Amino acid sequence: MLNAAGTAVVEARDVTVAIAGRPVLRGNDLTVHEGEFVALMGANGSGKTTLVRALTGLRPLTSGSISLFGTPLAEFHEHQRIGFVPQRGTVTGGVPASVREVVASGRVTRRGLLRPPGRADRAAIDDALQVVGLADRAHDGISTLSGGQQQRVLIARALAGKPDLFFLDEPTAGVDLPNQQALADALRTLSERGATVVLVAHELGPMAPLVDRAVVMRDGRIDYDGPPLSEDAVHGHHHPTPGSHDHVPYVGSPLDSLEGGR
Amino acid sequence: MNLIDLLGFEFMQRALLAALFTGLAAPAIGTFLVQRRLSLLGDGIGHIAVTGVALGLLTGTSPTWTAIVVAILGAVMIEVIREHGHTNGDVALALLFYGGLAGGVLITGLAGQGANKLQAYLFGSITSLSDVDVWFTLALAVVILMVTLGLLPQLFTVASDPEFAKVAGLQVRFYNLLVAVLAAVTVTVAMRTVGLLLVSALMVVPVATSQQLARSFRTTLAGAMAVGGVAAVGGLLIAASFPAETTVAPGPTIVLLALAMFASTWPIGVWLRHRRHVRAPFPAVPPLAEAEHTHEMTPEEHAHVHGDDCGHPAVAHGDHVDYVHDGHRHAPHG
Repeated sequence: MLNAAGTAVVEARDVTVAIAGRPVLRGNDLTVHEGEFVALMGANGSGKTTLVRALTGLRPLTSGSISLFGTPLAEFHEHQRIGFVPQRGTVTGGVPASVREVVASGRVTRRGLLRPPGRADRAAIDDALQVVGLADRAHDGISTLSGGQQQRVLIARALAGKPDLFFLDEPTAGVDLPNQQALADALRTLSERGATVVLVAHELGPMAPLVDRAVVMRDGRIDYDGPPLSEDAVHGHHHPTPGSHDHVPYVGSPLDSLEGGR
Repeated sequence: MNLIDLLGFEFMQRALLAALFTGLAAPAIGTFLVQRRLSLLGDGIGHIAVTGVALGLLTGTSPTWTAIVVAILGAVMIEVIREHGHTNGDVALALLFYGGLAGGVLITGLAGQGANKLQAYLFGSITSLSDVDVWFTLALAVVILMVTLGLLPQLFTVASDPEFAKVAGLQVRFYNLLVAVLAAVTVTVAMRTVGLLLVSALMVVPVATSQQLARSFRTTLAGAMAVGGVAAVGGLLIAASFPAETTVAPGPTIVLLALAMFASTWPIGVWLRHRRHVRAPFPAVPPLAEAEHTHEMTPEEHAHVHGDDCGHPAVAHGDHVDYVHDGHRHAPHG
């Protein structure tokens, strides 16, 4: 555990979401404490992305309640405390944008309307670019970056607003290993600074040492909630037992062990 | 009479002023439309605004005001259709556009006005602007510029990533509607300069031109405004410089000049993009053959005998075969 668990920053009670009449999340309870690094995992369609979108307010609930930092989601207006990193599908628009501009758009949570950018804004953007390791590409167009680098820019964008709570939706999807390592390093820095991280992932890869808690979902329900399981524990690894292989069923007595008497 | 004499006339000075401000304001909002891949929105609003102009001609009120009202209503309707995202949303939009144009022409006939009156609105008649028209154009253009540039961070965030903007607390629907309303106002402002059917060109072509050379959003926006201003004023001057016998309409001249500017920057853009791809040669890497293999020999208790069908993957390694197992590979020695 990188951080000692603190107050509850995310409290979800009986979260139920139905999309077009089809139940996607069925009555889930989840509490995330300050400083935790939670990985939401599960097969496709298990509801993990929907749960994170419900926690950020992008997906309305059919029933249940969500509180962030002790405030119900409907009354929550401290958006600068939340950083959201979506999947990088539409980071490039019709008009070119430089890496620095995309990261700067993360400062809207801290900048008031009609206020010119100040020193704090510039410092936060520089810091965010340093953390993800893209300070040398600040003035390049976002479309000239590789997929993994674009994902790092999106993390920098969320970081620029200096939030306390991060939600990341599959940050390593389709990202090559060096960039996954860079992403994991950036997330380690975030966690060391005391932020709470909730991320959706299929496989952890280089992020595995960072995860305090794995929440595994299946069919819209939380199936497992605890320390992350190692590869061995999940998939197991058994040597094939030596011995003859009859093609007749083994009939044993209650005194025999299950391994066929060896 | 030559161009210099023409510039002494007040109508010409008014026209130049209106052209300049239109050329600055239209690409400002056009950049956001292109960013959200809604480049044809200006065209659609222009079609719908034809009905607004016709209603003004029918009722005897100022066609500009009725055009603004109808354009804003149409823009809001388009934005609502787009937001709900029905699969046949583009059919709904097409129906709106055709209905607007056809309705406008029909109502103009009902109003007893000829096609000539409507042509002034369809293709622009910048040389027939009154003082009030010019002040109106200037005021609207200033409003458009102030809102677009003042809310640039918020508009950029909403245009580039609506979901991130929503989680960041921005009222996404409000900003999208604001862009739609500003586009409607821009269409009405540009109506007298280039006409309703060509207004989208002044919103989009300068952005396309600026995109060829710019790498950032702000540079694209500034460049688009510059190209728009040059094209509008330059097109008007070119049209005015022809002798009086040939009718050179200013509206189409402005649009064609903008297109010529795009055509001239496009090869530069191709060259710049090509240069970026050849940016840096690959760094020197030591050849792979020199990399060392650590080759451990461990006395290991291993009851299982590896062979052709032991069930473990086999990898050729030099003069022998390794078996992959437990995260390492090994082969029996000696």
